Amino acid sequence: MNIRTMVEKVLPPILPVLVAGVAAEIAVRAHWVKPYLVPAPSSVIAALFNNWRELGSATWTTADAALTGFAMSAITGVLLAIALSSSPWVQRALYPYAVFFQTVPIIAVAPLIVIWFGLPRTPIVSAFIVSIFPVIANTLTGLLSTDPALRDLFRLYDAKRMPTLFKLQLPFALPHMFTGLRIAGGLAVIGAIVGEFINGQGIGGYIDVSRQRYLVDKVFAGLLMASLIGVALFITINLLSRLALRHWHASESRA
Amino acid sequence: MNSVLVPQAGTGISVGVRGVRKVFPGGIAAVDSIDLDVKPGEFIALLGPSGCGKSTLLRMIAGLETPDSGSIDLNAGRISFVFQDAHLLPWRNALNNVALPLELMGMDRAKRLSEAATALKLVGLDDALDRYPAALSGGMRMRVSLARALVTNPALLLLDEPFAALDEITRHELDEELHKLWSNRRMTVMFVTHSIIEATFLAERAIVFTRRPARVILDHTLHLPARRTPSLRTDTQFSTQMRILFEALEQGY
Repeated sequence: MNIRTMVEKVLPPILPVLVAGVAAEIAVRAHWVKPYLVPAPSSVIAALFNNWRELGSATWTTADAALTGFAMSAITGVLLAIALSSSPWVQRALYPYAVFFQTVPIIAVAPLIVIWFGLPRTPIVSAFIVSIFPVIANTLTGLLSTDPALRDLFRLYDAKRMPTLFKLQLPFALPHMFTGLRIAGGLAVIGAIVGEFINGQGIGGYIDVSRQRYLVDKVFAGLLMASLIGVALFITINLLSRLALRHWHASESRA
Repeated sequence: MNSVLVPQAGTGISVGVRGVRKVFPGGIAAVDSIDLDVKPGEFIALLGPSGCGKSTLLRMIAGLETPDSGSIDLNAGRISFVFQDAHLLPWRNALNNVALPLELMGMDRAKRLSEAATALKLVGLDDALDRYPAALSGGMRMRVSLARALVTNPALLLLDEPFAALDEITRHELDEELHKLWSNRRMTVMFVTHSIIEATFLAERAIVFTRRPARVILDHTLHLPARRTPSLRTDTQFSTQMRILFEALEQGY
């Protein structure tokens, strides 16, 4: 990458942050806004470094919960989508409940999660619940959009259920599946933090405690770390998608 | 060489269509009381206006759809189907696409890949084995699709307007190659098209259908030399034959 492309590619996304950061810094230093409402970016960075040990272990806890919940919903979601795609009958019987499941607000279910699974496991379960639906919905769409002619071809050669699933339907569903996983990744982090607001662990707990003490700079530092987890997950999924689809899917085959 | 691809004379099977009728949901008849006898190793063109139901007939012969009444008699033998577009698996390279039918039939890897390579050579693509469909032109993709149909050494080859989406030059080229392949192998071929030139150039016998519901309006044996060369298309004999099909098509419209 030469300097020119560096500037063209890296500068645009950094520019807004820079502008907003400088504006916030000026606004706080000029006493236009109260520092206990909006922290100066410099004090957020200071909070990040000064509380690194505490924040680092909190980030690790949250990442662990979000990732575990995400992995669970990725596996269960794909399996459920396969089950749903197996027959219109199963689909009619179960899909409405999957939709219903998704519309229940996680915050309202959280107390039940605590009762059923205990406080330590609340973030994982909550991450799982909020992130499974996009996996199911997108994978199902992918599984059901298999090229009808190719389905005919497989029928013509008497392909059984399993070869049809693994050699035709699942590969066809991959681009959709990755879309679902990308959405699920971000949601899993949200779910984990909601759970941590209740059990006081991880970044959720860290933010909650800082809020009670009006330490807005620490709240922001926590927020930054939380979105870092989401971004890391997103980038990882994108990389996997790229690896899996680069040869054949238009979404990943740009030079 | 112990390959299934070694051409064997007279490998085609006969096809008997008796009083076949097919009604689509909604009550529109696609195909109505069709009788047709295809001899083993014959090359038949099914010619008719777009959407007349000739594709439905082909799908019924392939066993992809069942007739509402009447029957279709086939002798035992492998059937291959070539669709309107190439319909390849985009995540597989040419070689693995062609090997797919053998893979589904349970042939071991080394053997099916060598058969697939032979089939690709047959359609002139031996230098594109590891290319993905996205990196192939429309004509090349269709060749891969054709190789995939040939790799099982079918006794009956069904083609549903296979070259309709290609430009005319490529289409003529593929017509010529298909005819050569058939001359060497003598499988039974049923070729659906709405192009009179294509039907005349390829077939020994052309069946002309009416508008929906498809009925046979003409069953004509083409009086043309067995060897079909590109220059035949400009021959007066060729245009006389085309005219016969054209008039039947007009009449059924």
